[in-house]
Amino acid sequence: MKGIKDKYGAESMALLKHGSPGSHLEHLFKAYGSDTIAEPAYAQCRGPRETGFGLTFGAWVGSPEPTDIRDTKCLVLIGSHIGENMHNTQVQEMSDAIDNNATIITVDPRYSTAASKSKYWLPIKPSTDMALLLSWMHVLIYEDIYDKAYVEQYGFGFDELKEHVRSYTPEWAYGITTIKPEEIRKTARVMAAAAPSVIVHPGRHVVWYGDDSQRSRAIAILNGLLGAWGRRGGFYFKEKIKIPTYPHPPFPQPKWGWEELGEKYPFAEMGITNEIVQASIPKKDQKYPIKAWFIAGTNLLNTIPQHKIIEKAIDSVEFIVVVDTMPMEITGYADVVLPECTYLERYDGIRSATNREPSIALRMPAAEPRFESKPAWWIAKQLGERLGLHDYFNYKDFKEVIAWQLKQLGTSLEEMEKVGVKKFKRKSGPLFLKEGQPYEFATNSGKIEFYSTELEEKGFDPMPIYTPHNEPDQGFYRLNYGRSPMHTFSRTVNNPNLNDLMDENKLWVNSKVARIEDLKNNQEVWLENQDGIISSFPIKVRVTERIRWDSVYMYHGFGHSNKKLSRAHGKGASDTQLITKVTIDPLMGGTGMRGNFVKILTENPHKKEIVS
Amino acid sequence: MRYAMVIDTLKCVGCSDCVVACQTENSVPVGYCRDWVTESVSGTYPTLELELKSERCNHCDNAPCVRCCPTGASHIVKGGIVLVIGDECIGCGACIESCPYDARYQHPDGYVDKCTFCHHRLEKGQLPACVSVCPTKCMYFGDLDDPNSEVSKLLKRRKHKTLAPEAGTKPNVYYLI
Amino acid sequence: MQQEEIFISGRNIPHIDPTLEIWHWPISLYLFLGGLGAGLLFFAAIITVLGKEEDYPTTVKYATIIPPIALSLGLLALVYDLTHPLYTWQLYTTIRLESPMSWGAWVLLVTTPLSFLWVFSYYSELFPKWKLKFNFLNNFEKLLKKNRKNMAYALIPLSIILGIYTGILLSAFNARPLWNNAILGPLFLTSGLSTGAATILLLAKTTKERHLFSKIDLLLIIIELGLIIHMIMSMAAGSEVQLEAMQLLIGGEFTLMFFGFVVILGLIVPAILEFTEIIGYKVPVAVPAILILIGGLVLRFVMVEAGQITRYLY
Repeated sequence: MKGIKDKYGAESMALLKHGSPGSHLEHLFKAYGSDTIAEPAYAQCRGPRETGFGLTFGAWVGSPEPTDIRDTKCLVLIGSHIGENMHNTQVQEMSDAIDNNATIITVDPRYSTAASKSKYWLPIKPSTDMALLLSWMHVLIYEDIYDKAYVEQYGFGFDELKEHVRSYTPEWAYGITTIKPEEIRKTARVMAAAAPSVIVHPGRHVVWYGDDSQRSRAIAILNGLLGAWGRRGGFYFKEKIKIPTYPHPPFPQPKWGWEELGEKYPFAEMGITNEIVQASIPKKDQKYPIKAWFIAGTNLLNTIPQHKIIEKAIDSVEFIVVVDTMPMEITGYADVVLPECTYLERYDGIRSATNREPSIALRMPAAEPRFESKPAWWIAKQLGERLGLHDYFNYKDFKEVIAWQLKQLGTSLEEMEKVGVKKFKRKSGPLFLKEGQPYEFATNSGKIEFYSTELEEKGFDPMPIYTPHNEPDQGFYRLNYGRSPMHTFSRTVNNPNLNDLMDENKLWVNSKVARIEDLKNNQEVWLENQDGIISSFPIKVRVTERIRWDSVYMYHGFGHSNKKLSRAHGKGASDTQLITKVTIDPLMGGTGMRGNFVKILTENPHKKEIVS
Repeated sequence: MRYAMVIDTLKCVGCSDCVVACQTENSVPVGYCRDWVTESVSGTYPTLELELKSERCNHCDNAPCVRCCPTGASHIVKGGIVLVIGDECIGCGACIESCPYDARYQHPDGYVDKCTFCHHRLEKGQLPACVSVCPTKCMYFGDLDDPNSEVSKLLKRRKHKTLAPEAGTKPNVYYLI
Repeated sequence: MQQEEIFISGRNIPHIDPTLEIWHWPISLYLFLGGLGAGLLFFAAIITVLGKEEDYPTTVKYATIIPPIALSLGLLALVYDLTHPLYTWQLYTTIRLESPMSWGAWVLLVTTPLSFLWVFSYYSELFPKWKLKFNFLNNFEKLLKKNRKNMAYALIPLSIILGIYTGILLSAFNARPLWNNAILGPLFLTSGLSTGAATILLLAKTTKERHLFSKIDLLLIIIELGLIIHMIMSMAAGSEVQLEAMQLLIGGEFTLMFFGFVVILGLIVPAILEFTEIIGYKVPVAVPAILILIGGLVLRFVMVEAGQITRYLY
């Protein structure tokens, strides 16, 4: 790290991170002089929805989402698979909503678990969601069932929107989405009847087709028309406690960082991992060259699409450090691996969650770290000491930092070790808007922008439009992927208990497809995508009615190639490997990954290669 | 006292947390399980139904496993819980053959093992491990002889079923549908 | 209408999923040997009670060497298939009337020693060259010889219970539709008697004994065929799970074994051969006898294995 700093400047060392170790290393990086920091959770996951909601309501959705699912009367999920996506508070609240007889509407080409809990499941043709959203706006506006008082008081650009969606009738959308016009009308009326106690859910992994920020805008606009933002059963005003910063000298000012790397994308608000990867491949007259990577808690090869680019970048950088709890694919490329102990063996930074009531949570060790593994705070501090940054790590044990912070917050480590989670009173005002309460949204106009002035300024469509996306050629199927409720991304597949639950993913194919392709349950097949990339490992077929005939589906996170993952190696296929084509979101740089198509091979293609 | 478990299939998402909770609570060896989750899909796209169920020993009133046990290792205790005493079990497998739910298995140590409704936790006033961890709170546990228990009330109010009632075993795990 | 029924929590328990394989070949062998021993003891006891020992020496004397060996081997096989065998003694700490396994354990505990005693009562005649060295043993043999008829009275019900038990052990399981029919007890008893008769036929030295047991065996074969038809008919008229069970035998993976080895080679062919012999043609009796023994063994294997595949669907 010293060498990189001396030779190229600290900025040329990038931190790519996810989860708890991130904050410790971010501290180290800022002290070291680099703000070249990014996490795949932004541009490969939820970034577009933050842009879409930010442009509309002047506020991020954030995590956890401020959705009042518990008390909603109508929950609308657009390709969001809560229940398979096990974000715990949302799953718990969806269960409460079911108990409360809430109407759930799910839009998904797959009969997801959430779809099976829904009163209305709209089996949409993949990639056409925008048409449905626009036609819902049309119905709400032209049937005069939107929240008029709310729109009048808080909305900006409603007339423009009205004119904009005039031609987006359900009949128009039917031709695109294959959802019958009466279904579109009926569901729009159900939403309107429940409003404002309705949530058109922003989703989470929303990097699909490249116009994702605009689709998120459409979702935000729908919520605006229904008057759901700041309303009970809709979205509440979240609040969190600010954790005081443990005293340290001011950070040096880096010459450039994640913002400069993402400057092509005017609405990027966090580091874009794939831009950092791109900047790691040397080019002529490069303004912001990246020379080394520090990776923590993210298995880039199962996270970032377009392996060819990643591999080229890995070959180009001078130095790679990986901090992880398990030998992942990425650890195989590391010059140095710093083994991190698991979350049950360490203290981490105090968690301050945005929620109805602000709360803090303590993570403390339940067992001693095994082998040579160490907590991320220890790794950060040791590196800091050796880099001459002692003043930024002025403590022996991170416990001291936590104890100090908790004392500032009016509690103590002793108390938190007992209670684990502590709630605080709200200070920012009520959870919901009162009838007619004046409220200023943090947008240019101070209102909910149906018509986005910011987009107009930057030369983008101020209101979302429908653009057709690529469709699979004959013999190809759209590759859709999602989460298995048993696993966390690709990171837990080697855990003995969780591996016992699910040790491989399967390729979901509709029974019609199985008939055409002559496939049987549990038959091993290989997948070849539109760019000729073939899955390294076979995947077993699951013939099911739960998937549309124009797409196939698999759980993300399998098909590991690192042999050190003794249980997970070679089990199932990796969706990431087959995602070689991405459509970049021009607003914030997200990588749309749902435009890849695969062909199903029943003969082992790798065998043939060996013979020839 | 008649213990029963009531599971709301409308809320279960099939995450299998109940399975891991049981395996860790009861030190079930990896590769074995005392509870499991099934998925049944019926219909043709796009007219479909999906049912997710967390299944386990049904602690039947008319338990064939207890009847066929030659040593009395399988027996019923207070509350109707069917238990196996490992040191009385010869591992003949008759109870496994007799169970229509395939709820029993041969522990690698030789004796036959199965769900105990977490009898050891009930004695401490705790809920079975699977019930206590369910993120959707779709599992309920209680006494059917008590008309005010949550399980009694749920069964009074909601449509429900048991598994393979035609086997005549009178199961005590109910599924809300 | 498509249906999908799957475990999603990765359940794959050894010997249970995807189909039950808890009882293996030792159990099939045990059921066969139990039936064979019961058949032989039954015939020895009946002939003795009728006082025809002189006419049928093979039945009462030579063939009875087999039951103690068969029953002991059977018990060994049973214990071999237990997964907690060090606790086998727990069987004899209690009598559980509802458990066929308990019945079997106790019946065998009485019958097996009796079968040894029976052979011992014929010791001097069976092994004239090896004199007993101790006086008390000679006296014991004399005592047994005197009580042979009493032993026969005890063995008649015991051997019938043992023979039926080999079938009831399976039929008591409601959870396995193939087994769960009342015919299995009588069927296995008949088959056991038939294998017993076949063994006597194989060992008999006189035409008289051979002819009698040819006739008995022919009768038993006809009864057994009747019982098999009865079993299949009742399954054919049964519920869905029983229909599926029947399918395994008449149009599934066990059809060849069941019809080929049990019904045709194990019953019909020997019946024809025995009939031919009875009406006076010369037939080497060893052929039908061995076919019957093989058929009896295969019947146990087929029923034990196929039965474990069948289950309730829910």
